[in-house]
Amino acid sequence: MPEGKVLGKPVTRLEDQPLVTGRGRYVGDINFPHQLHMRIARSVHAHAEIRSIDTSRARALPGVFAVWTSDDIPEVGPVDFRADRASEVLKPYRQPVLARGRVRYVGDPIVAIFAEDAYVAEDAAELVDIDYSQLRIIVSADEDPGEFEPGRTTEAAFLTHTFGDVDGAFTKAHKVIELDLHTGRHSGVPLETRGAIGRYDAATDILELHGAAKVLHRNRDTLVNMLGCNPDQLHVHESHVGGGFGIRGELYPEDVLVLVAAKRLGRPVKWIEDRYEHLMCANQGREQHHLARVAVDKDGRILAMEDEIFHDQGGYVRTHGYNVANRTMCMLTGLYDVPAFRAVTHYRLTNKTPCATYRAPGRFESTFVRERLVDAIAAELGLDPVEIRRRNLIRPEQMPYKLEFDEANVENLEFDSGDYPLLFEKALDMFGWNALQEELKRRRAAGEMIGAGMGLFLEEGGRGPSDGARIAVDSRGGVEVVTGGASLGQGFETAMAQICAEALGVDYRKIRVIHGQTDRIPYGIGAHATRATVLTGGAVHVTALAVRAKALDMASELLQLPADSLEIVDGTVRQRSKPRGPTITLGDIAKRLAPGSKVLGGRQPGLWAEEFFNPKDTVFPYGVHLAVVKVDPGTGGVTVERFMVAYDVGRAVNPAMVEGQLVGGCLQGLGGALYEEFIYDDQGQPLAATLADYLLPTLGEAPDIEVLITEDAPSPLNPLGVKSAGEGGINGVGAAIAGAIGDAIGRPGAIRRMPVTPQRLRDILRADGR
Amino acid sequence: MSARIDLILSINGRDYAVRVEPRHTLADVIRDQCGLTGTHLGCEHGVCGSCTILLDGEPVRACLIFAVQCDGQEIRTVEGLSEDNKLHPLQASFRDHHALQCGYCTPGFLMLAAGILERNPSISDEDLRDALSSNICRCTGYANIVKAVRAAAAEMGRR
Repeated sequence: MPEGKVLGKPVTRLEDQPLVTGRGRYVGDINFPHQLHMRIARSVHAHAEIRSIDTSRARALPGVFAVWTSDDIPEVGPVDFRADRASEVLKPYRQPVLARGRVRYVGDPIVAIFAEDAYVAEDAAELVDIDYSQLRIIVSADEDPGEFEPGRTTEAAFLTHTFGDVDGAFTKAHKVIELDLHTGRHSGVPLETRGAIGRYDAATDILELHGAAKVLHRNRDTLVNMLGCNPDQLHVHESHVGGGFGIRGELYPEDVLVLVAAKRLGRPVKWIEDRYEHLMCANQGREQHHLARVAVDKDGRILAMEDEIFHDQGGYVRTHGYNVANRTMCMLTGLYDVPAFRAVTHYRLTNKTPCATYRAPGRFESTFVRERLVDAIAAELGLDPVEIRRRNLIRPEQMPYKLEFDEANVENLEFDSGDYPLLFEKALDMFGWNALQEELKRRRAAGEMIGAGMGLFLEEGGRGPSDGARIAVDSRGGVEVVTGGASLGQGFETAMAQICAEALGVDYRKIRVIHGQTDRIPYGIGAHATRATVLTGGAVHVTALAVRAKALDMASELLQLPADSLEIVDGTVRQRSKPRGPTITLGDIAKRLAPGSKVLGGRQPGLWAEEFFNPKDTVFPYGVHLAVVKVDPGTGGVTVERFMVAYDVGRAVNPAMVEGQLVGGCLQGLGGALYEEFIYDDQGQPLAATLADYLLPTLGEAPDIEVLITEDAPSPLNPLGVKSAGEGGINGVGAAIAGAIGDAIGRPGAIRRMPVTPQRLRDILRADGR
Repeated sequence: MSARIDLILSINGRDYAVRVEPRHTLADVIRDQCGLTGTHLGCEHGVCGSCTILLDGEPVRACLIFAVQCDGQEIRTVEGLSEDNKLHPLQASFRDHHALQCGYCTPGFLMLAAGILERNPSISDEDLRDALSSNICRCTGYANIVKAVRAAAAEMGRR
């Protein structure tokens, strides 16, 4: 590989030129001639039987082209799970594309209206008359399960993860500490709402879905099963995406509807969600109740952890099945060496918006629980929270560290590499933790309610199984990298271009990166669970090396020099020892490799290659979050004075983009820890259905977040050593903030529920007579 | 539905003859009739600021104003920031400071910042943070946006 020139550098992004000039192309910006606009009439009740639907007034409105209920699309089944999430037991809980007989949350789609104009479609939706008969409404997973449908309870699954002798550990423990904890319901809330355009080209018999994101190929595969067509008849296209965070790009009822309608109505069908719909209908997450306990010896070493989880799934099981509940359990012990563990989850449906993955799914929740337990150990034993963590961290000599669960159907984990104590000490040092304690003492003595907290966490990413890339150099030296990855705004094109540029020896700005187009490449992993840089990056790396080898082989013949004496710099091949000697550009090599070329010899034509990268296992980055907060005892308001993210990313392809992921994720986490919550009343009515009620952090709430990116533990599982950066910013925020607030108010275990809103904190202080 | 009204919208120094219903928001008309899709809709209730444009030099939420209210006023959108294909200092600074990720809020932030700096080129850090807190970004955590605007202000001051 040539000298490091662009890999690892904080270069500016290839994505930015169109985005800063208003020339981006988000799904709302795409229009097709003669398109219809779709609007959904949605349930206003959280759980009800639909007695009748009268669409006559809506149909009569001028400009309305068609109105559908579920009776109009009997052939379309419920939105399926992703192929890798199939679970027979959950299948009856999937969401129909339009409600069939029952609605299960406020916002459940019932009627689809197709009209000439978006305003008219919305008018028509107001004219749909639906007669409901209310059913028992369940708004909490703590309630006794009810009936999902005759013969089927709302506790869709009961899940168990165990290892080690849990009962023995609790019996012989020096102390057992129990906590009752809640994580609030929040979500990604990207600034662009969802959108989808279906278009059918009868001339070629190809159905197109525009506005897709995240997992294009997997969604295509799910859709072809649902629609009964072949993959070559359904092209799924990603445009610019205004933020993903796990929730955007999953398959939703509206995606299916625009496709079915485009084909049947013979006109393109465009659907753009409004914000009110988004906050009621797009995937939510996080809402869990944990009855957690931990057994420790007299030195605070953890002997066993146990957790009973009540997981609030909302009205239906969406594309991920019970994946979030599973991730919560398997990541619960985190980066501590825990000899025995048992977690059970009551996976329950409620009459609220359905849930799936939101950035660091299962990890934000489990880190909150684990770190609350560890803080409680420190408080109970009168030990320093730092020291307790030092005693329990997995040591570097234990790597790779295995978590092997007793259950045959639970995936075992192997932490690939890491030096957790090293990162912890580096973080404490950079934050000035010891000096900070003195400062906090002084300020508390002066009457301030101020404290510090921490959250240590493990991330996971780069899960396989495989991804491929095709890289071609054209006759003018232009490089096209075709991937099956996806861009949600994280800088995917830039990262892939940097990896390709480094391996091939070209300027990264001359590389065009294709992503999210299922008609350009047959397979693709997409961008989810922080996979892109590991999986697609690995594929781009090996493919670029193959192109390089082919270029050097041809150049060697043309220049009459041994291939291993050549290098490629800025797209030109030259002799390493004589940079001013004979040269040839990659574009010229591509010309010489054209079909029919006299010098082609036995080579395959063209300067291009296609390769796959198959990592053997998942990578596990890790991090530390540290926070200082100040509490206003009068209002219960919390000000975050300092926040630090320390994260070992294995290897940073672009440190500025990694930092952007960490800082942005961190502020999102602060939202979930302090402000954001989807609350519902006892009738299941959403009370946070506008951005004036669901409070996204603004600059006014944003601290200057300190960042430490380390590369101490490159992954041995991929050629670049990269891990993943997308979710480490958010993972430990709730834990660190909860600990800091507890420290500030002098009651280390007081924070049991996120978000810590001013009302909740005032209640805690009031109970203390403060 | 109601009667349509003909009006002329002046956007980025060019006149657009449009026919609108009174209920059509300025944002929808800019996007759907004038084809200037750089103005983004994030919430349509005035909270997020993605649709911020300049109306007679003032930053305004284009989702909270009707097109019919803007007859004869001077509208500037993100498409009008750069001149002769040369990026405005704010645009270049956002790129150079990694002040965007998904880019959806970016046009709104650029127009908000342009309005702020044109009115007060030497705005204090505190006032700048306060003014920029009127728009929402979900990706960046804001730090780089503040840096970018601050650097652009210095650059604009040098011109």
